Amino acid sequence: MIKHVPIVLVAIPLLAAFMIPMIGMINRTARTVIGAIALVIILAASYYIAGDVLNHGRIFYYMVGSSNPEIVTEHGLTFPIRIGLKIDSFSLFFIIMTTTLVFIFYLFSIQYIEENERKNYFTVLFISMVAGMMGLLVANDLFTFFVFLEILSISSAALVAFRTERKHPPYAGYKYMFISAVATSFFLLGIAFLYAQYGSFNIDYLKEAVRGTLLDKIAIVLLIIPLAMKSGVVPMHMWIPDTYSEAPAPISAMVKLGSLICLYGLFRISFSFGLSHAHVSYPLGVLFIVFGILSMFIGVTQALVQKDVKRLMAFHAVSQVGYMLLGMGVGLTVVRAGDASFALFGKVAMIGGLLHVVNNALYKGLLFLTSGVLVRHFKTRNLDAMHGLAHYDVFTTVVFMIAALAISGIPPFNGFVSKIIIYESVFQYNPVLTLIAIFVSILTLASFMKVFYSAFLGMPSNKRPMEQPVLIKCSMIVLAFFIVVIGIYPHGILKALIEPAVNALVNF
Amino acid sequence: MSAIVLYVTFILLLTIGIIALLFKRNLIKIVLAFNILDSGINLFFISLGYRENAMAPIFTLAPLDSVITMVLPTPQALILTNIVIGFATTALMLGVSVLTYRNNNTLDTRKLRGVEEYD
Repeated sequence: MIKHVPIVLVAIPLLAAFMIPMIGMINRTARTVIGAIALVIILAASYYIAGDVLNHGRIFYYMVGSSNPEIVTEHGLTFPIRIGLKIDSFSLFFIIMTTTLVFIFYLFSIQYIEENERKNYFTVLFISMVAGMMGLLVANDLFTFFVFLEILSISSAALVAFRTERKHPPYAGYKYMFISAVATSFFLLGIAFLYAQYGSFNIDYLKEAVRGTLLDKIAIVLLIIPLAMKSGVVPMHMWIPDTYSEAPAPISAMVKLGSLICLYGLFRISFSFGLSHAHVSYPLGVLFIVFGILSMFIGVTQALVQKDVKRLMAFHAVSQVGYMLLGMGVGLTVVRAGDASFALFGKVAMIGGLLHVVNNALYKGLLFLTSGVLVRHFKTRNLDAMHGLAHYDVFTTVVFMIAALAISGIPPFNGFVSKIIIYESVFQYNPVLTLIAIFVSILTLASFMKVFYSAFLGMPSNKRPMEQPVLIKCSMIVLAFFIVVIGIYPHGILKALIEPAVNALVNF
Repeated sequence: MSAIVLYVTFILLLTIGIIALLFKRNLIKIVLAFNILDSGINLFFISLGYRENAMAPIFTLAPLDSVITMVLPTPQALILTNIVIGFATTALMLGVSVLTYRNNNTLDTRKLRGVEEYD
């Protein structure tokens, strides 16, 4: 039974997504419950296999349509058509993060999105977005990866344009769909370049076969630049502010999670195809570091001048991606250097980068959810028009403070842990990079002080105090709880999830 | 010979698509540009599997007693998938451009610039 978990992770959300329109016509409560059940099933399935993968190092292979799906070598890895799925500890780390967070965001959206006939469409697209994410995370061949990337893009673009009656959301959805469509087209071109040479799509097979020639390098660039574009790395970040600020709050958090999953694809592909030769992995690492520094600095300086609360948070999302790229880039630069530098600090930098992925997903999700509460309370996104929420909504204030302190890297919270790991390890590679990272962190604190000052402090407005619905409160409490727990006791997640993930990634 | 023609057509379609993407300001024309780009990439992928004087890759139609070449089936299956994906993408993009026109009375990207209202 346990061997079918990889396909269950993809099939259950797809099945639920296609059932929901029919059930929604009969009963709306049943539709919401079915969506929740599908998410609970994949949550349970991902925790069910966690012990096997993390403790015993088992790698799940699944060949779709085969009589014995676990056997990979029936026709060898070169068998081109069969769809291959694979779960190792690196993808399991992302799977656990995704299933947990997606369930929390779904709980938030149940009471945040108003109940009418269009909520059927919302639920369908939400669940199919989850299917796209899970497919990306378990795919072991490039074409399956591409198909699920498109499922993720199309459903998230439709959700970004969800409030079609307003002026700007359709254009934001258009922009996101356009960027995704062009990016994935070039991703397909990269796949074509690899297929033309090696005649296979399987990532494991290509990992052995890639020789690091000029054509291979072109293919790798065509594969990683679209993924960097979809994760919002700086030269390609122009779609981020519109998309995140026009989408409904739970969808901003979901699109953010989707962009982190594209970052998973970026790491998976660069560590699969780049590691075989030092003359490929070193320039890739330097590229990551340059992208990371640019994202951190430009993202945070743009965020400082924003007056729109959701655009401000969107630019911080750009800036935070920089930390992950910096950590992983330092690891990638030294991994083939042939001296002790990888054991000395490169692996630690990668651990910091991956820990920052999960931390960022937690506090950024929480910040987007609080921004949704703010926007719904004040009926505006303009920070100048907000004041005095702290007088009568203590809950939102506390939750926002936890998230804001965590993103700025203040000690008891989780942002501090991953940032200090990145600072220390990157310092041994190049001290200037650490200086820039610390400077960016200070600017982050400054801009969140601005939000706190304008939205929460000041004279109380004469609007009546609003009690948050119970599910909204629950989802925010759970996120805040995770932030505090990882901040106080990071050894648990470091030992259990992140070290095996890094080991699986650099295993060559 | 024919392979050269296919690859030159691919390069031309890709170039036309990219130039149109960069310089056209109308939302509908951008969708068309994306379609040209996408069909160029489809053509490239299909032509990777093309063999001169080969048969269609249908197992039951193959004669048993002779050595024959077949066209590679994998790229065709994949490009069929990509055509469907491109159809979905185009439909969604055209749909949101209709909504954009309804809400803003323009399809010009230069006039759509800027977010003045914070609703």
